[in-house]
Amino acid sequence: MISDGVEDEEKWLTAGIAGLQQNAFYMHRALDSNNIKDALKYSAQMLSELRTSRLSPHKYYELYMRAFDELRKLEIFFKEESRRSCSIIELYELVQHAGNILPRLYLLCTVGSVYIKSKEAPAKDILKDLVEMCRGIQHPLRGLFLRSYLSQVSRDKLPDIGSEYEGDENTVMDAVEFVLQNFTEMNKLWVRMQHQNKGPKKRTDLNHFGIGQFWHAIGLSGLLGPAREKEKREKERNELRDLVGKNLHVLSQIEGIDLELYRDVVLPRILEQVVNCKDDLAQYYLMDCVIQVFPDEYHLQTLETLLGACPQLQPSVDIRTVLSGLMERLSNYAASSVEVLPEFVQVEAFAKLNNAIGQVIEAQPDMPVFGAVTLYSSLLTFTLHVHPDRLDYVDQILGACVSKLSGKGTLEGKATKQIVAFLSAPLEKYSDIDIALKLSNYPLVLEYLDDRTNKVMSNVIIQSIMKNKTHISTADKVGALFELIKGLIKDLDSGGDDEMDEDDFKEEQNFVARLVQMLYNDDPEEMLKIICTVKKHIMTGGPKRLPFTIPPLIYNALKLVRRVQSQDENASEETTASATPKKIFQILNQTIEVLSTVPVPDLALRLYLECAEAANDCDLEPVAYEFFTQAYILYEEEISDSKAQVTALYLIIGTLQRMHTFGVENRDTLTHKATGYSAKLLKKPDQCRAVYACSHLFWVEDQDGIKDGERVLLCLKRALRIANAAQQMANVTKGSSGSVTLFIEILNKYLYFFEKGNTQITVASIQGLIELVTTEMQSDTATSDPAADAFFSSTIRYIQSQKAKGGSTAEKFEPIKV
Amino acid sequence: MVLVLAIGDLHIPNRAPDLPAKFKSMLVPGKIQHIICTGNLCIKEVHDYLKSLCPSLHITRGEYDEDSRYPETKTITIGQFKLGLCHGHQVVPWGDLDSLAMLQRQLDVDILVSGHTHQFKAYKHEAGVVINPGSATSAYSSITYDVNPSFVLMDIDGLRVVVYVYELIDGEVKVDKIDFKKTSTPAI
Repeated sequence: MISDGVEDEEKWLTAGIAGLQQNAFYMHRALDSNNIKDALKYSAQMLSELRTSRLSPHKYYELYMRAFDELRKLEIFFKEESRRSCSIIELYELVQHAGNILPRLYLLCTVGSVYIKSKEAPAKDILKDLVEMCRGIQHPLRGLFLRSYLSQVSRDKLPDIGSEYEGDENTVMDAVEFVLQNFTEMNKLWVRMQHQNKGPKKRTDLNHFGIGQFWHAIGLSGLLGPAREKEKREKERNELRDLVGKNLHVLSQIEGIDLELYRDVVLPRILEQVVNCKDDLAQYYLMDCVIQVFPDEYHLQTLETLLGACPQLQPSVDIRTVLSGLMERLSNYAASSVEVLPEFVQVEAFAKLNNAIGQVIEAQPDMPVFGAVTLYSSLLTFTLHVHPDRLDYVDQILGACVSKLSGKGTLEGKATKQIVAFLSAPLEKYSDIDIALKLSNYPLVLEYLDDRTNKVMSNVIIQSIMKNKTHISTADKVGALFELIKGLIKDLDSGGDDEMDEDDFKEEQNFVARLVQMLYNDDPEEMLKIICTVKKHIMTGGPKRLPFTIPPLIYNALKLVRRVQSQDENASEETTASATPKKIFQILNQTIEVLSTVPVPDLALRLYLECAEAANDCDLEPVAYEFFTQAYILYEEEISDSKAQVTALYLIIGTLQRMHTFGVENRDTLTHKATGYSAKLLKKPDQCRAVYACSHLFWVEDQDGIKDGERVLLCLKRALRIANAAQQMANVTKGSSGSVTLFIEILNKYLYFFEKGNTQITVASIQGLIELVTTEMQSDTATSDPAADAFFSSTIRYIQSQKAKGGSTAEKFEPIKV
Repeated sequence: MVLVLAIGDLHIPNRAPDLPAKFKSMLVPGKIQHIICTGNLCIKEVHDYLKSLCPSLHITRGEYDEDSRYPETKTITIGQFKLGLCHGHQVVPWGDLDSLAMLQRQLDVDILVSGHTHQFKAYKHEAGVVINPGSATSAYSSITYDVNPSFVLMDIDGLRVVVYVYELIDGEVKVDKIDFKKTSTPAI
């Protein structure tokens, strides 16, 4: 049925156009021979095609446009008096003889246009006449197009200020009256379309006879169900809405309308019509139209009136979008220039908007949460643009949001997205997180988010801090911040936490770690407080989070130690400050200890060693010793993986080598242990290397550093024995001698200490090693090892270059034969 | 002309939040042919970031690196030069040039790049060059106080390498350069 309808429409349109064109042809022929009577006859016939009820608005428009074109040409003819052969007043009379009212009115408007131009009568009289006479057409579609035509032809002839049609008799008021009236009538017609064809009762008898085609013939689709019917109606209405809206546009172009006129006459009249028509489609469209076409300054000054209309609208109107649109416009207006800002304050824009929103929300208790949040979001954007310094306003909005949210439980879906956007707005505006932290209602809003969204928000907050590189500088602010982001810091109460992807979790925690780096204050006391605050918070994180959150805190504390250390040296002993190195080390010790609950011994060991070195720099021997003890315990008891042991051992040896604060006893104990560990590593080559690394523990280049040549040599010899054993093992197990690399390494160490002046290292011993290596490399069972060859060659080259240096070095190296 | 970026010891996120903005704006993809990284990045994000600057990325393991699969040492040949890479915590005493020279001999390389001390060094001796690009984020180091963020860019051209060191001092990037010429490879 329906598809039939569409095809039929096409047919009718084509027929209509054909009829129109044919009559137009005759009309033009008549015009060419200056035959007014015939011209009018044919033009009336032509316009009769517009009397059809069969076309949908879309198709009617096509027909209308062609008629419009023809009427334009007719108008041109009318303008030329000489061709007319009658006066304009006579013409005006003549056209009223047309048989049917619709063509009559179109012709009247056309002539009217020429009439006004001729100025033979006041514009206002003609306009009034025309706009009244159009009442004759009450059919919505035809009426709308007719009045649209009237609007089009009259546009440039309105008695506006500065226009040629202005005069004593014609004023702006007349122009305004004319447009307002046309608008009002058009709106009524438009609204009537909605209620048209609700199956007029008296025709149902025809339906019974199954004359559905008849229905279609008249363009009424009473056979469709009521819902589809309504939908179709709405679609058609939407296609026509711009015709109605055009009038508002015309009003906005009238220069003579100043603020007063707008406020006292124009706006109230428009709003009256909008409210009274009680049609939601019209109300929504027209409110939006008013907001879009009239200038923002006017809106500001008439804010109360405009907002006052809102509660009077139909409840089904999407008032949220309207208000949001208004606030957006005003925000942009505020953003456009600083000078307009005082106006906002003067008209108390914020208060009025806030009230209006409150009223709307109250009036619609069933409004979904995300709808309310959207409104508050728009208001927030507005406030951030217009009153960025009024944190109390921002807080108010947050507070209002909280009250709306209370009692709704946690949210989901669209609402959460809106809330995230809502909460992100202040962060973007105020690049300093401090300001957001001052908003007392901010954390309250966060409470209503579910865990996942809470985390999302926390991430947003941290990213904002990272982007703006803000340094959070007091313990209180830090505390407040960590409260805000507690979703990341610890497991929130609501159980059933969906398992997070491991990579995502790592990323999240790494973010928190980076955040910890952003906390800083010049004052050591305050910095210490910050560190303690952070410690308190991250301790609630549980074993999963500690390995990520504790290290950055440790380093913050170590940096503080360094800062305080230099002050300490200058200050007297009796300082009452609590930020002393000793105190900080205590905290460090406690903190690293917590890692044992995870456990992560490798990490803890490294941190202990770092602290030991820092304690060394502060000359706190017992503290440093304690840290070393802890590190050693971890090494002995917790680190069993061979590779991990090797790395850990190098760290121990490297750190120990740099310690200058230890007395002989302590140093001996620790060194003895370190060499012991070295010799007990699993693989022989690892043992060998660790042992010769230990040789450096007995030789420190510093002024009062230890330089125990004998013990160095002991280490090197021990390393040599291990290397030998390794060679023999290789012989036995693989049938070939292993790599000579170890020997070459040891040789290099001999050379190192030889050069540094260790008298225990003799030329003979070096020579011996060189021969050993050469023999090994040339032996039958030797595996070819190009890397070792290259190493040996470069070592020999080194010796030669030392010989070539001249001076005492050359003398020293001279005896070595290569 | 081959550009090689030497960078390391960033210690993100435990000791530093991010690379300095001025460095980030200088390091753009497509300009560098190789990146050699001494280690201690420490997390995957930093690895990915470096990889985005240049696909030819060489990294050795630092003691805090998250990824334990990086090698302890690495050698790369670029043009006429052999480069050696090692984080440096394995070479005791830390930062000692003679010990590093031994590693250089062992790896048989012209240029040894190592880190760990977070202090920029470029040292020439008869057998070659030892370079420490410092810490690109001036991360805390127990060894060195008061470091400025730094990294090194090497321009390898035939037998000559120009070492540019970029240092961020008081908010401004300062550049210094050192020239090295390699004598032709001596016979074994």
